[in-house]
Amino acid sequence: MRPQRFLLEIGTEEIPAWMIPGALEQLRTLFEQLLSASSLGGSVTYADATPRRLVLRADGLAPRQPDTEETITGPPKAAGEQAAAGFARKLGVAVSDLVTVQAPKGEYFAYRRRTEGRPALEILARELPGLIWKISWPKTMYWRQERERFIRPIRWVVALLGSKVVPFEIAGVASGNVTAGHRQLGRKKIRVTAGNYEERLRTNYVLVSSAERENKIRAEIESLLAGTGLRVKPDPALLQTLVYLTEYPTALLGQFDPRYLSLPHEVLVTVMRHHQKYLSVEDAEGRLAPYFVAVMNTTGDPEGLVKAGNERVLRARFNDARFFWETDQKKKLADRVEDLRHVTFQAELGSYLDKTRRMVELVRELGGNEHAQRAALLAKCDLTTEMVKEFTELQGVIGGLYAREQGEPEPVWRAIYEHYKPESMEDAIPSTPEGRLVALADKLDTLRGCFRLGLIPSGSRDPFALRRAAQGVVKILVEGKLSFRITELTGGLPELREFFLERVRYYFRDVRGFRYDEVNAVLAAGWDDLPDVESRLEAIQAVRPTANFEPLAASFKRIRNILRQAEYTGGAAVEPALLEPGPEAELYQAFDGLRSEVEARRREKQYRAALEKIASLRPRVDLFFDKVLVNAPDQGVRRNRLALLHGLLEEFSTIADFSEIVTETTNS
Amino acid sequence: MGSFQDLLFQLKRYWADRGCVIQEPYDLEVGAGTMCPETFLRVLGPKPYRVAYVQPSRRPADGRYGENPNRLYKHWQLQVILKPAPDDVVDQYLESLEAIGIDLRKHDLKLEEDNWESPTLGAWGIGWQVMLDGLEITQFTYFQQCGGVDLELVPAELTYGLERLAAFLQGTESVYDIRWSPAVTYGDVRLADEIQFSVYNFELADVPTLWQLFELHEKECRRLLDGYPNYPDKQRFPVLAAYDHVLKCSHLFNLLDSRGAISVTERVAVIGRVRRLAVGVAEAWLDQQGREAA
Repeated sequence: MRPQRFLLEIGTEEIPAWMIPGALEQLRTLFEQLLSASSLGGSVTYADATPRRLVLRADGLAPRQPDTEETITGPPKAAGEQAAAGFARKLGVAVSDLVTVQAPKGEYFAYRRRTEGRPALEILARELPGLIWKISWPKTMYWRQERERFIRPIRWVVALLGSKVVPFEIAGVASGNVTAGHRQLGRKKIRVTAGNYEERLRTNYVLVSSAERENKIRAEIESLLAGTGLRVKPDPALLQTLVYLTEYPTALLGQFDPRYLSLPHEVLVTVMRHHQKYLSVEDAEGRLAPYFVAVMNTTGDPEGLVKAGNERVLRARFNDARFFWETDQKKKLADRVEDLRHVTFQAELGSYLDKTRRMVELVRELGGNEHAQRAALLAKCDLTTEMVKEFTELQGVIGGLYAREQGEPEPVWRAIYEHYKPESMEDAIPSTPEGRLVALADKLDTLRGCFRLGLIPSGSRDPFALRRAAQGVVKILVEGKLSFRITELTGGLPELREFFLERVRYYFRDVRGFRYDEVNAVLAAGWDDLPDVESRLEAIQAVRPTANFEPLAASFKRIRNILRQAEYTGGAAVEPALLEPGPEAELYQAFDGLRSEVEARRREKQYRAALEKIASLRPRVDLFFDKVLVNAPDQGVRRNRLALLHGLLEEFSTIADFSEIVTETTNS
Repeated sequence: MGSFQDLLFQLKRYWADRGCVIQEPYDLEVGAGTMCPETFLRVLGPKPYRVAYVQPSRRPADGRYGENPNRLYKHWQLQVILKPAPDDVVDQYLESLEAIGIDLRKHDLKLEEDNWESPTLGAWGIGWQVMLDGLEITQFTYFQQCGGVDLELVPAELTYGLERLAAFLQGTESVYDIRWSPAVTYGDVRLADEIQFSVYNFELADVPTLWQLFELHEKECRRLLDGYPNYPDKQRFPVLAAYDHVLKCSHLFNLLDSRGAISVTERVAVIGRVRRLAVGVAEAWLDQQGREAA
């Protein structure tokens, strides 16, 4: 029996571009699970999509499942004929079908049940509808009955195994071998085989491969701009959107009146990118040029109609922006502070005027200078402008630009401009000290206010984007080298402090890539000062590969266990007189000698040097554990030893708690 | 290239040929064609229905004194409801564009995600904005809920922006230059309307009076809805009249908003008041329809 090819195409109405990659991932995984659960073998060749179809191809499927045999053991042979008859009756087979099997405890009646493998066609027909419904989407709809939910209506399905249609029905649509071409350029009904599917679609103006569509767009942009000295501003996210928004993409170069370049480029780019999905064009120096690249879902624009249409739309949009800019200049930001009284921040947290006052106060408490305080006062005023009402995504940026236009000094306008930063973990923090303080004050005010009201994020519910706010605070503190105490910043709210701990952990582990045990070790030794946490982490990371470190960490873990078992909590000083000469006394001397040096390094934040000193104790510690019995018969000696170990652990765990370090020897 | 009125004739003809009742505009102020009873109420319940109508839609805050070439206080929508949505609804829509003279093979057409929601009507749907050469010409929505009720038959709602389409077809930069008829421009017909209502909406509308009117209509609507459960002859009960008062409230809310009389906090509360009325009307209407069927 030859292995077979499989093709599935779910034909839908236009799926939102941003949801497609996630859906494809699921489709692939679900199908792989189906293949393995049903022992059909084979593997997925690709999962790909256009806005109107999700496509999956697999190859090497067995035409039917392998037969299986299972042995069901019954009563012992010794139980006799009657037991055997009962067992056979229960299984619905004749006594003569039973066999005898040898088990460790003796002979038993048994039945070997053979199950014939089922045809792949039958399994797929049964499983595919459920598989398709299982794809989960960020937002679904129904169009026939409420329990059938998908991202958009399913209008056709192609399902082929070898040369046969896999027959099933989903949402009133029968699977078949008929697909549909490009909406305007292709045929509505196209018969395909597993062999000619992609080719037939290509001649009907559908490029199934998203990679091919992307390459086509890239190549066309290159040739459109060849020799002009211009280039497209890189924008991988927008490019991906355009790839999944088109079945047959073609790039076109449009232009706009250079006079619009006098408007803030942030506004121009936002209009082009967010509202029109155009790629912006810049010259060799990175200056915005009066051109744009649009990607059409068609083969070309021989009469220039599409280009003219897009240029006209952009012109109208830019005119609006100019109108907003001019209108907004009639009232300065500084004169808009009082207007914030009418803009609600949150019902119980008051208006943006209240928030502004709190921000100014907080900036002052954090030691912000006059510029920082001024920036905090003006930061939210752009919420009352026409421009921000139209382009909400430009809040902050617009305020900064207006402040510059209205003669505010650079530290002030720049701080306003950047105070929503960082908007993601990839985004940079504000570039100036003033901007960092205003950004901190803004985010902390939101966090404190919400936590005080019990509006604490849970699961995926985080309507005030508090995780992002806290993450932003962490990033600003660390990367801005600001040593404000977390305990103080969190305003005495224990839940908020806990919330920050999570974010701090996430930042160092997932964003910065420190190993989780190093993060645990360092945080266990305190995390109120985040730049300090970073220094300690870097020190640990640097010292970790050295020969003494991990074995010493293992010994610290051992010490902790010993102390725990002994229920020793410290208190007593080491009695030198009770120390046994040899390894014990030597360890103590070494420890005592190092103590002040380590402490001095630690105070100077020379963590690496301090850690290296501590690590140099390793041979002494090893020798101690080799030769000395902690649980000495003499209680006084025993307690003294525990005091020594306890001192060692306490003294040397202020940079990091080494016992948190996971080592290969830890478990021994 | 045809005139604005030709465009209206062609689209109405097209949808009449596909089984739509051709209605005339509803005779009250509405913010969108969706609010007309022909949409809001007809999409409820199990009865299939197809209707198309042109609806002048008033959005006081969008007025620009006739100075902005693309923004209007009142714009014209062609509203089409196909209940339930036929399987080939997108194709039918695209053919309507061909019918008004757009050769789709020469243009770029995309359906971009755009879900529609009206908090005042307790209505929402899933759909797209239809982009033609970068211009949004239609909002296409599969209604999912209306008046807070899950819909039994999912309708498709097509809302064509008529000024935009006409400006596109005629290649004009300003809506006021659109030829309404061969001899008369859109500006000739409508400019005074835009100027005067911008002045009224932004400057002269009396806020206390508007609030009073709002409360009067709300009260009358509430009075009617409260009377429904005990009204003996349910078939004759004026649910439609109650709904007219909802529309009045909604429009007054928009006016107050354009006068800057509603703070963001109040906003949510006032929307909630209108929504409660809309939901009450939807429930009464459904109940009435259910009795009719029984």
